[in-house]
Amino acid sequence: MKVFMLGWEFPPHISGGLGTACFGMTKGLDEIGVEVLFILPTTVPISTSSHVKLRTPASLAGQQTRATQRQQVFKHVRLHQVEALLQPYATPATYRKAVEELLTQTSLGKSATPKMVEAMATEMARMRSFASGAGTNYSGDLMGQVYRYASLALELAERETFDVIHAHDWMTYPAGLAVAAATHKPLVVHVHSTEFDRSGDNINQQIYDIERAGMHGADCVVCVSHLTRTIVASRYGVPSDRLEVVYNAVDMPSGDEWQIAPIRQNEMIVLFLGRVTMQKGPEYFLRAAKKVIEKFTDVRFVMAGSGDMISRCIQEAADLKIGRYVTFTGFLRGDDVAKIFSMADLYVMPSVSEPFGIAPLEALSHNVPVIISKQSGVSEVLTHALKVDFWDIDEMANKILAVLRHPPLHKTLRQHGQIELRKLSWRDSASRLSGIYSRLTANA
Amino acid sequence: MASVVFYFQVHQPFRLRRYTIFDSDTNYFDDRRNEAVCRKVAGKCYLPANQVIRELLDRHEGLFRVSYSLTGTVIQQFQRWAPEVLESFIALAKTGCVEFIAETYYHSLAFLYNRDEFVTQTQMHRKLMSDLFGQTPRIFRNTELTYNNDVAKAVEDMGFDAILTEGADHILGYRSPNFIYNPPNCANLRMLMKNYRLSDDMAFRFSNRGWAEWPLTAEKFTGWVDQINGNGYVCNLFMDYETFGEHQWADTGIFEFLRALPGQVLATGKNDFLTVSQAVQRYPAVGEVDVPHMISWADTERDISAWLGNSMQANALHDVYALAEAVLATKDPVIIDDWRKLQTSDHFYYMCTKWFADGDVHKYFNPYESPYDAYINYMNILDNIRSRTTVSV
Repeated sequence: MKVFMLGWEFPPHISGGLGTACFGMTKGLDEIGVEVLFILPTTVPISTSSHVKLRTPASLAGQQTRATQRQQVFKHVRLHQVEALLQPYATPATYRKAVEELLTQTSLGKSATPKMVEAMATEMARMRSFASGAGTNYSGDLMGQVYRYASLALELAERETFDVIHAHDWMTYPAGLAVAAATHKPLVVHVHSTEFDRSGDNINQQIYDIERAGMHGADCVVCVSHLTRTIVASRYGVPSDRLEVVYNAVDMPSGDEWQIAPIRQNEMIVLFLGRVTMQKGPEYFLRAAKKVIEKFTDVRFVMAGSGDMISRCIQEAADLKIGRYVTFTGFLRGDDVAKIFSMADLYVMPSVSEPFGIAPLEALSHNVPVIISKQSGVSEVLTHALKVDFWDIDEMANKILAVLRHPPLHKTLRQHGQIELRKLSWRDSASRLSGIYSRLTANA
Repeated sequence: MASVVFYFQVHQPFRLRRYTIFDSDTNYFDDRRNEAVCRKVAGKCYLPANQVIRELLDRHEGLFRVSYSLTGTVIQQFQRWAPEVLESFIALAKTGCVEFIAETYYHSLAFLYNRDEFVTQTQMHRKLMSDLFGQTPRIFRNTELTYNNDVAKAVEDMGFDAILTEGADHILGYRSPNFIYNPPNCANLRMLMKNYRLSDDMAFRFSNRGWAEWPLTAEKFTGWVDQINGNGYVCNLFMDYETFGEHQWADTGIFEFLRALPGQVLATGKNDFLTVSQAVQRYPAVGEVDVPHMISWADTERDISAWLGNSMQANALHDVYALAEAVLATKDPVIIDDWRKLQTSDHFYYMCTKWFADGDVHKYFNPYESPYDAYINYMNILDNIRSRTTVSV
């Protein structure tokens, strides 16, 4: 079995859970012997300083695609980078800047449009008509890059052999549809989040249309939770017989990653880690913090992450007069994430809408108990977690206080959480995917 | 001769209301829910089951006998919300064929943490039984049949004739629960041990269609009781009274089974029914059973891990009994009663994390979404009652 997999982020260049999920999933597939060709857009700037080695195979040198390979980790996975910029969380201004940077760095920007097969051309033309809509949030030509990615992926596909196409989230759906139309291979689209999760009810119509086209054009739609499955069925009208749920998982930290805990201060640390956006509910975290501090002051609330609500949150902390109890760290990656987890006493995920939510699993893997919003996919798989409605500030504060004040609660949550975590392996999720691939290729 | 000894446990806890750290009033109990459950179970179980028992007592004219234990908390609930249930129990008591067993008034685990409190609650219950039913219990059962040698000694010291416990395999080994035994160093106390196979056939497996013996009939069950002839004296069928109509719904045929069983058992002429006291009076003890560690009738482990199996439960139990001195010093009957209602074992059972993830019998009886919610709520209430003791002093 060989999979042509289309994604838009992969460690170490990640801004959210999708990269983590794609890494874990491909690692799981690799372990069970499924071959994966993973197509990634360019990240700017391209960094080679991390643990990942990037390599350009001679066969593709000077071509319009650039291949990278992650040599140390995988046996059956190859990574290809194509020159397109897909950064969904960027603001239009920063995005435009990044595009310009890419264009000056490479000659690619001026190169001719790659040839397209006919079926693809029709599909793309239809989609482009959406892209030409004015007044979108992604005016920095994200849509252009989405189709650029699609056409480069298509070109690559023509030179590769594979059995199934697997596309992660809307930005890769046009590519998935194009490759499927050209090769007649079955298409799996993987829904890590929907436009409704990201934008509430004020959705971007262009993105919704691409999501819908991808889901309806796919042979199977994999959702990260039943919560998401429900949204895909009701809001996108996908027939339930084409829907599958495959949960995300987490890798337990290997022994050598254990660090000596920093010297403890008297303060207990309550952690928010994630993008600071409406979807993640940061203001509920702060309002609960205010309530906690009324009863218990040996506490520090750490907000790790960046996002469009960060200024508002800093302002809010000041308005609530809890500034001295709140620390904003900005975006953390790699070792800093592990470090902040090792310092934390409690992780809170107050998401308004969370299709899955891998971060609580990571927190538990670092022995940190978690409070999660009931409005999250991960609450379907975690039982040894405290659960709250994201809007219920009183209950959130009540539970935060209970964990801070009662060590036996902390201990029981940690112990059972660790055991529960071992049941959630990427290998099992990969086996579910592999089963789906087999079914689709057998039908084809 | 094999004597069937029926003992039914009747209990309802005072479930707690949702109580956050930001609450400060002293209404800890979810009266609406407690009333609803009490009335529901009264309608489905207590009233129809008492009716069947009454019919059987009348029909068999002194040959059918049963024993009950009603906790102080369930009696308080009957008095408030279902007085007709209490009246029907009083009517049963007047037949002379029904015996009432003593236990801790609040269905507590006081024995593990506070011996004085254990004795006090037992005396309270004994007095309650005497006041309501006109008989002073001679037999004791500890909450959920929790038992060890020390419990036996303490119970003997209070002057009881016998104690009930679980006939657990790891205690009895090759021996049978169908005899009467002695605890070590308790010359005056007998042990009646639950025949858990036959008891659970009725209480748990009765409606299980996957069970090889389904459907269970009175004839079949009597056949199993007959096998005890020559191999034992008693057949101790101990179970929750809620088996009838609540755990096994009426449409499973459990009431018809109960109605038919005594006639079948008596028809052979080789068997009879005894109350717990009659059983220990008629039969001698055949040996000593040593139980150094705590056992109970719960779960497959037959230990106390359902109430004291994780750090939260240990902490909550420790903390509620740590308040004993301060609470009793207030001499305020309301605070003392509230504190004792918080000792009811169900509160700790709700905090059990065994198999929580799988969902099972623990979940069915649990008013909370998770054991963690149960613990958090309990500890918030404990904080409040602690603050009341310091105010009063």
